[in-house]
Amino acid sequence: MSKGRFGEYGGQYIPETLMPAVQEVEEAYNKYSKDPEFIAELDDLLKNYAGRPSLLYEAKKMTEDLGGAKIYLKREDLNHTGAHKINNVLGQVLLAKKMGKTRVIAETGAGQHGVATATAAALMGLECEIFMGKEDTDRQALNVFRMELLGAKVHAVTSGTMTLKDAVNETMREWSKRMDDTLYVLGSVMGPHPFPTIVRDFQKIIGEEIKEQLIEKEGRLPDAVIACVGGGSNAIGTFYEFIPDKEVVLIGCEAAGLGIDTPKHAATIAKGSTGIFHGMKSLFCQDEYGQIAPVYSISAGLDYPGIGPEHAMLAKEGRAQYVSITDEEAVNAFEYLSRTEGIIPAIESSHAVAYAMKLAPTMDKDKIIVITISGRGDKDVAAIARYRGVDIYE
Amino acid sequence: MSNIYKAFENKKAFIPFVTGGDPDLETTKNLLIAMEKAGADLIEIGIPFSDPIAEGPVIQEASQRALAAGCTTDKLFDMVKEARQRVKIPMVFMTYINPVYTYGKERFMKRCVECGIDGIIVPDLPYEEKEELSGVCESYGIDLISLIAPTSHERIRMIAKEAKGFVYCVSSLGVTGVRSEIKTDVAKMVEMVKEVNDIPAAIGFGISTPEQAKKMASVSDGAIVGSAIVKIVAKYGKECIPEVEKYVKEMKAAVEI
Repeated sequence: MSKGRFGEYGGQYIPETLMPAVQEVEEAYNKYSKDPEFIAELDDLLKNYAGRPSLLYEAKKMTEDLGGAKIYLKREDLNHTGAHKINNVLGQVLLAKKMGKTRVIAETGAGQHGVATATAAALMGLECEIFMGKEDTDRQALNVFRMELLGAKVHAVTSGTMTLKDAVNETMREWSKRMDDTLYVLGSVMGPHPFPTIVRDFQKIIGEEIKEQLIEKEGRLPDAVIACVGGGSNAIGTFYEFIPDKEVVLIGCEAAGLGIDTPKHAATIAKGSTGIFHGMKSLFCQDEYGQIAPVYSISAGLDYPGIGPEHAMLAKEGRAQYVSITDEEAVNAFEYLSRTEGIIPAIESSHAVAYAMKLAPTMDKDKIIVITISGRGDKDVAAIARYRGVDIYE
Repeated sequence: MSNIYKAFENKKAFIPFVTGGDPDLETTKNLLIAMEKAGADLIEIGIPFSDPIAEGPVIQEASQRALAAGCTTDKLFDMVKEARQRVKIPMVFMTYINPVYTYGKERFMKRCVECGIDGIIVPDLPYEEKEELSGVCESYGIDLISLIAPTSHERIRMIAKEAKGFVYCVSSLGVTGVRSEIKTDVAKMVEMVKEVNDIPAAIGFGISTPEQAKKMASVSDGAIVGSAIVKIVAKYGKECIPEVEKYVKEMKAAVEI
């Protein structure tokens, strides 16, 4: 059995051409993640560039309105570039620089990871190319321009379903052409080992801060933490610190699109089965012959047919629960949080808010829920307007 | 051991690839027969996959066409079984790990045996993960073909030592597709294989002209050609048989010299 296993999941299922590149990343990560200088540089970037620690905000109006558990929001939307993606990207781009790479490439769905990668590349002086499904470049046109503004070259991917999975395919193909000077900065806790581990390590700061901040405010651990799941990076970042704390319920919210009983969803844990794709053994939406299914969600960031292998393991062990949230529920939550707290969450994060809206009223007032707001919703305003029948474009 | 060694017995092998079910299974069946007739020594049949990350646009599109035309792994097995009545040379499948895994590894190999398949090439199953299939392949007598790449360097010996059937030498970085020039020192790669294992080594990726095939075969045991053939299939559709036959004849003649 290869390295990088989470139970039966994970592994390194990639072409031979890429194996040496992936092993080079692993060696470099093992070296630099223990290097005091690297750690100090990354800490400095997170604090003084990204704006960490992010706030843990007590959502009093929401708590009062829902009438149950006390709700806190972990405000990853307040990070520089507006999402949790920057945590991972600063780590990986710094690693690229230490490895002597001069160019980074990345896939992006909604565009948040692409924007974050372009940002870090601009800051650290590396060349940057982003692969984004054609459907997503249309849905998230503003983010395309934002990446270009930051000096990145954006490739619209026209193969397959023209969404996130195809962007990953194309980035892997590009990396296999050119790896001497290039690092693939993977955006989620997926892909071949060591990426699920590296990305989780760079994102686990979310949960570490939640624990520290909540102990300071409430003197105790939360009863539940809730995060949305596409590939699963903000969710694993939220959960990881709490995995040993068995009393903390971990809840991941998948995209049910038009409903998990329709063909139009991206609910991998609810509807997927074990497979091997994008370098990892995990759960995937696929047909009986192992053809990867075209998935759907209103959220480009959750529109992925797989899930990180560590989530597959947490689901199998029952340590984390995974629920599915429809487009309609997510859009309602998007509008609800905007009106109730004056916070416009990303449509991805709105899936987590939507589940909290169902859960909080069923819990006692002395219980505490933390929702990770993984990103801000400015990028989604035009799409939500269109969903509601207002024909505006960015 | 399978029959794959026969493809290399006292000769340089020409190994064509076709995507199964492109444009339809009947055409693929006729192509297998025609390619043997034209001098192919071993045939690679691609089981189409929705997301073939090691393929360039030509084979990606062929996979999409095959899937859109309704090709499934089961239908492909049925077709190969029929073709096997006529085709005597070794045949191998080329596909990705997920179609094999999801079909059921054991069930998949059982059907390979029924259809007379000799080996399987799985580009996203590197040495470190080969245990996923090596045991089940062995128990059914199907050779799990190993690939080595221009980036493999010192890994070549490790991979070649345990290789079965033949070693697939990937000539170039990147994905499958026609290239005007092959810059890798493939002769050196083949040499390293032979140092540790008395096994045939054939070169693929980027080969399309008789000159390239001749050059590659001169430093190895054979040349593998995929995209150039798939392009002919794409151009002529169901009428592609005589065109492919002509091309295979020409390529076989080139590797023989």
